[in-house]
Amino acid sequence: MQSTLKNMVLVLFLITLVASAAVGGIFKITEEPIAQAKAAKTKAALAAVLPAFDNDPGQDTVSTVVDGLPVLLYKATAGGQLAGYAVETQTNNGFNGKVKLMVGFDADNQIVNISVLEHTETPGLGSKMADEDNKLIVSFQGKNPADLKLAVKKDGGDIDALTAATISSRAYVDAVERGYKALLSVTSQQEAPAATITTTEPAGQEGGDNE
Amino acid sequence: MNKLQLITKGLIKENPTFALVLGMCPTLGTTTSAANGLGMGAATMFVLILSNIVISLVKNVIPDKVRIPAFIVIIASFVTVVQLCMEAFVPDLYATLGVFIPLIVVNCIILGRAEAFASKNNAFDSALDGLGIGLGFTCSLTVLGAVRELLGSGSIFGARLYEGDGMLIFVLAPGAFIALGYLMVVFNKLTAKSK
Repeated sequence: MQSTLKNMVLVLFLITLVASAAVGGIFKITEEPIAQAKAAKTKAALAAVLPAFDNDPGQDTVSTVVDGLPVLLYKATAGGQLAGYAVETQTNNGFNGKVKLMVGFDADNQIVNISVLEHTETPGLGSKMADEDNKLIVSFQGKNPADLKLAVKKDGGDIDALTAATISSRAYVDAVERGYKALLSVTSQQEAPAATITTTEPAGQEGGDNE
Repeated sequence: MNKLQLITKGLIKENPTFALVLGMCPTLGTTTSAANGLGMGAATMFVLILSNIVISLVKNVIPDKVRIPAFIVIIASFVTVVQLCMEAFVPDLYATLGVFIPLIVVNCIILGRAEAFASKNNAFDSALDGLGIGLGFTCSLTVLGAVRELLGSGSIFGARLYEGDGMLIFVLAPGAFIALGYLMVVFNKLTAKSK
């Protein structure tokens, strides 16, 4: 077809108009399922890391910033009592950048479980951090970070690193530590008695800083 | 050329990966497992069929000088549709393929078929052409993904075939080139015989 300025402008305008209308329509249709899928993912991660709870932790969140990175805390209660916190924490020190974790603490600050929300580590090496019962999780489960030296064994800490993935393991420990710091800062603000615990146990934090 | 040939040519004679060697970026990037390869291939095929149909329908009203921008807008719209649907209904696959989905827009297979076939043929033939080339692309990606998954992590479609870690390099980027190279050798050997 012959090109003239008039028909070129007209045709391109019509095509972009129809295309944007179509994309907008699809966006409207998929908006809700996308939000649902994301909510379901968060819910599954929360259920995996927290002790039994009966509230909706998604409704009771505190966001804070530790060392320049945002951390989100979900508060879980059971029968009105504090059941624990799930902490969505992250680090940029992974082998390929960002690692995002969900760390579940019970009411005594003991780590219940950890799940990896997002990572881009090397498949087969660092990616094992997302496997069930890997060395990293086992090192943390049931422990209070205050009792641990937060560093991998190679760096003189208490955490078993993944084989051939020390950098990924360090990032993992870093993210957990960040989450723990956030937890301490939030609990000390909300509950006065908890403040004494946080100030008397800085050892865990210092150990982690030695990396 | 009859209708059946339109479909089958994409599998062997004009196989986009092994014969035309087009669309290497998603081919090498996404095929870390058979399921990922299949997902990427299916998404590309979907976009290819729809864009071929639409482009062949509107080919007579598009002025020659703006046909490429017009094609790209049409293709990009379908890619966005695929991306949104994937995020909504198969979030797991979306999480793995995420960054590669928008790149379907610049996949030269799709623009290539639009320019070489859809802008010269009717809508039905263009749909068949898209189906054929898309199937070829999907098969190639699935085979490549299966080989890499088998050698690299010891499983196919997530089903464990042997214990242990496998040869890790095949899951990483260099393994993509090595596996693709050897598959091309096999493909050329087989097709050379049939000629």
